[in-house]
Amino acid sequence: MFGFGILSGVIFLPLVGVAFLLTQKGDDDASLRNIRWATLATTLTTFALSLFIWSGFDQTSAAFQFVEQKNWLGSGLVYKMGVDGFSMPFVLLTTFLMPFAILASWDSVQKRVKEYMIAFLVLETLMIGVFCALDLVLFYLFFEGGLIPMFLIIGIWGGKRRVYASFKFFLYTLVGSLLMLVAILAMYGKAGTTDITVLLNTDFPKEMQTWLWLAFFASFAVKMPMWPVHTWLPDAHVEAPTAGSVILAAILLKMGGYGFIRFSLPMFPDASTHFAPLIYALSVIAIVYTSLVALVQEDIKKLIAYSSVAHMGYVTMGLFTLNAQGMQGAIFQMISHGFVSGALFLCVGVIYDRMHTREIAAYGGLVNRMPIYAFVFMLFTMANVGLPGTTGFIGEFLSLAGAFQASSWVALIATSGVIFSAAYALYLYRRVICGALEKPSLMTITDLTPREIAIFAPLVLITIYYGVQPQAILNATQASVDNLIQTHTALIDAVKLAAAGQ
Amino acid sequence: MIYAIVFLPLVGFLIAGAFGRWIGVRASEFVTTGFLMICAVLSWIVFFDVALGHDHGYAPIIGNWMTVGALKVDWALRVDTLTAVMLVVVNTVSSLVHLYSIGYMHEDPHRPRFFAYLSLFTFAMLMLVTADNLVQMFFGWEGVGLASYLLIGFWYQKPSANAAAIKAFVVNRVGDFGFALGIFLVFQLTTSLRFEEVFAAVPGLAGKPIHVFGMDVDALTIAAFLLFIGAMGKSAQFFLHTWLPDAMEGPTPVSALIHAATMVTAGVFMVARLSPIFEYAPAALAFVTIIGAVTAFFAATVGLVQNDIKRVIAYSTCSQLGYMFVAEGVGAYSLGIFHLFTHAFFKALLFLGAGSVIHAMHHEQDMRNMGGLRKDIPFTFAMMTIGTLALTGFPYTAGYFSKDAIIEAAFAAGEHHTTAMIGFVSTVVAAGLTSYYSWRLVFMTFFGQRHGHGVADSHSDDVPATADVHAHGHDDHGHDDHGHHAPHESPLSMLIPLAVLAVGALGAGYVFEPDFAGHAYNEFWKGAIFTGEHNEILHEMHAIPAWAGYAPTAMMVLGFLISLYVYVLKPGTAQALARTFPRLYQFLLNKWYFDELYDFLFVRPAFALGRLFWKGGDGAIIDGLGPDGVAARVADGARLAVRLETGYLYHYAFAMLIGVAAVATYFIAGGLR
Repeated sequence: MFGFGILSGVIFLPLVGVAFLLTQKGDDDASLRNIRWATLATTLTTFALSLFIWSGFDQTSAAFQFVEQKNWLGSGLVYKMGVDGFSMPFVLLTTFLMPFAILASWDSVQKRVKEYMIAFLVLETLMIGVFCALDLVLFYLFFEGGLIPMFLIIGIWGGKRRVYASFKFFLYTLVGSLLMLVAILAMYGKAGTTDITVLLNTDFPKEMQTWLWLAFFASFAVKMPMWPVHTWLPDAHVEAPTAGSVILAAILLKMGGYGFIRFSLPMFPDASTHFAPLIYALSVIAIVYTSLVALVQEDIKKLIAYSSVAHMGYVTMGLFTLNAQGMQGAIFQMISHGFVSGALFLCVGVIYDRMHTREIAAYGGLVNRMPIYAFVFMLFTMANVGLPGTTGFIGEFLSLAGAFQASSWVALIATSGVIFSAAYALYLYRRVICGALEKPSLMTITDLTPREIAIFAPLVLITIYYGVQPQAILNATQASVDNLIQTHTALIDAVKLAAAGQ
Repeated sequence: MIYAIVFLPLVGFLIAGAFGRWIGVRASEFVTTGFLMICAVLSWIVFFDVALGHDHGYAPIIGNWMTVGALKVDWALRVDTLTAVMLVVVNTVSSLVHLYSIGYMHEDPHRPRFFAYLSLFTFAMLMLVTADNLVQMFFGWEGVGLASYLLIGFWYQKPSANAAAIKAFVVNRVGDFGFALGIFLVFQLTTSLRFEEVFAAVPGLAGKPIHVFGMDVDALTIAAFLLFIGAMGKSAQFFLHTWLPDAMEGPTPVSALIHAATMVTAGVFMVARLSPIFEYAPAALAFVTIIGAVTAFFAATVGLVQNDIKRVIAYSTCSQLGYMFVAEGVGAYSLGIFHLFTHAFFKALLFLGAGSVIHAMHHEQDMRNMGGLRKDIPFTFAMMTIGTLALTGFPYTAGYFSKDAIIEAAFAAGEHHTTAMIGFVSTVVAAGLTSYYSWRLVFMTFFGQRHGHGVADSHSDDVPATADVHAHGHDDHGHDDHGHHAPHESPLSMLIPLAVLAVGALGAGYVFEPDFAGHAYNEFWKGAIFTGEHNEILHEMHAIPAWAGYAPTAMMVLGFLISLYVYVLKPGTAQALARTFPRLYQFLLNKWYFDELYDFLFVRPAFALGRLFWKGGDGAIIDGLGPDGVAARVADGARLAVRLETGYLYHYAFAMLIGVAAVATYFIAGGLR
């Protein structure tokens, strides 16, 4: 494919779809249908192609695979792509969820359909690019570039306060990004290259690590989002269209976690050990604080957004435990959260499409008219609270088990999250789904359409399947996690040895 | 065979749940009930093979669940005597409850869903009791919690049912919080979660300290303690009991199956299963005894004054679970399981009997509106009487063997530990109270004269209904049209289960006493329950003074006589007593004010904190100092910049000059260095 590898194929396939969409000029029903189907076909093909990569992926190796390299823009910059056990699951998650996002927008988006679909396809390219980039500058471009389509999606197709929300979103992420850019320049200055594979084997001086770590942290913490830089998320979710929320929660939030695994932990091991208590503190605060905030929300999307922040607390906590259970649990939690929160936002989208409100108080007793919907919502609510047998449990359980070995106090406070999550999630369910159907506006509400059932069915199956058989995902990340832990321990031991020798 | 026992209910759940709408109500009932009948028969076969026969049990591994580093968890079905006992209890009661529900729920439009939930519950419970590791146990543990949540909230139109369902789940989660921490700690201590490996590692850990939560504590004590918190939640023990009475909002068959016979006994099962850990943690065992003793006494006192027929039995369940924990706390695990076994029969009998009464009364649950029913529903009356005899420990009924044995064991252990003596005193007193409230239930329901339907009149047996602050759940599913029809006996599908359970309530103690706690102990348990070298409680309990042995029977008779006097011989005494001691009466009626206390301590602060964090933390502080603040400053800055943009060329030239000078200075200074 023009001298590029299959990985580039996956990354740029959505852009091919964009090229086709650009040729569509009309605004009549037929061309709108063409646009929708073309977009869906593009995302499905991309998913199929990523599955093909997955079939050739060697799980037992921690090395980068499908690596391709080309120089561009002269000597300094390199186009280098590759996947390893950390990135492969996220690539699959992205390509898997995109068709759902498109299907969720099928009827609900009627304004500027072409531009909307283009924004999503460009976003997909950028997101896959983030997870595949093996060059720091390239990573930065994809990482920050992803902001733009999301900014547009919220700003153009969003709700009433969309300008405020997209502005807040932009401001937060921008501040973090600028610091990261400075750090990237500093790393280039030190190592003479921006090749990630080289940087992974570069020893940065301890002092420098601290600053670099903090700069990257600023960016990743915002993306996660970690407490206290999380306040953009509820607003962004509330204003974003359904598909925007799905992608935001399911994939964009994972970039922060991915960044920690890809850069902070392996490249700055000393600083990571040094700052682990900070991460723990912020994580457990996030779990307790945002869970309590979720309890009193009056807007369904805000509630789920706050619950996302709490769940990301498990992720950051697990990652910095630097033991197998904690890290694998954290990665699993990210994947699981991708399915579950994505599905929950789709659930909200279903009733929003019908009633055009997200107010919890506007609902009640939906089960009377929407039994299938009630079942689907129940299942994902339970996955969200980490019921064993769903994916939510595996991530939570493993990251907590890992945290307990790192610090019993952290685990103690973080485990209290299982109580809070049950409280806010079931309280939401009760107010929306249970009770008698009394509100006149709801009397004619209809249950899931076949299209909606088709959207939810795969998500339901996958949430349960990987809850009972999570090993497929765990195996994918295992080699890379083990490798990271071993390298890290070796480095830290070496430092200790050196300190002892002096 | 064990595969069939565990997975048939799952299949039943899937069929009734997914296709109930298409295959119809009859087929759903038939499939789920039929499957459970098969399971029950197979369970008894397993029981005869493993517990009574010579089969030492097995634990086939179905497959790997997860393997991460040293943490390896398999799906497995472990069968030993302890599991076999539980299989029999769970599947017998569950199949009878399925059958009973066909009659009890016959007017409900959502029966496929109901039967699906029942089967789902059974499946989760079976996964719990066949677990071979702590995580699978946790899977079943939370699974039964889910089923319990779904079934309590089955009548989703009732706000009280929804509230009770959430309460049950969240309070159970408090217990699960401890359970989960216990699992993490066990993993840290033994790097395994498989029972075999954990138990093998435990003796080596005895007495070893561990630094956890900032303290240096005995490792096994803290592990056992954390795990027991889980048991407290599931088995509704003191502090975490508040959800159980509210759970009575669910349909009555559910109360019988989940909230009497099986799920609530999961905590008892857990302690017995983990007896190898608890045996090395005497301090944790003392705690178990105290909690059990307090619960036995507390729940019995509250049961004295409740007017809702199901709530009386619910508190009775709570109290009896306390007995089981007292037994386990003093080291007599087998007695705890024995009482679990017999209790399942007579308590399920009482609940289903109460269901039959409620059915007869057209979903009336307030006992003040009942009375004289023995002539209308004689069969139910007879069954309830048998259940009451067994519960109160009438000689040679099931409860007589198991309950009195616990009291004797507590006394015997009391010679060594004061905590056990507390357990003895508390259980003896509770025996009297149990007898009183159980007979009160029978007398109020079946004796005296019938009172009005719907509203309690001023001649009612207890204090007027207006004094009762608690809403009584009237099962509102299409019964309004019945009006004031005469009470009627229930259909056969409801009476057969009663009869079967009555046989168990009468005979289960006499038949199985030698196996569970007598001379056939070793051949029966085959090591499924671990007791330490110095644990001789089952022998010591036979060497106690005669008065201690007769004490529970004496209390039982005393309770019966008082109840007889108060409710039959001299009606009106109850009101007089309530008027004489209004404070005490209100204290008991309001369940020691636990709900109010927890509302004040936890629920309100949680919501208040949530609002504070939201409006204050996120809104005022973070956003105020962060983006909104920045935005405001940017706006200020923009105004300032507008003023600077004067439009005069020389202003700009001057600014540029200064800039160039600054940059030049910087580089020159840098070069000099």
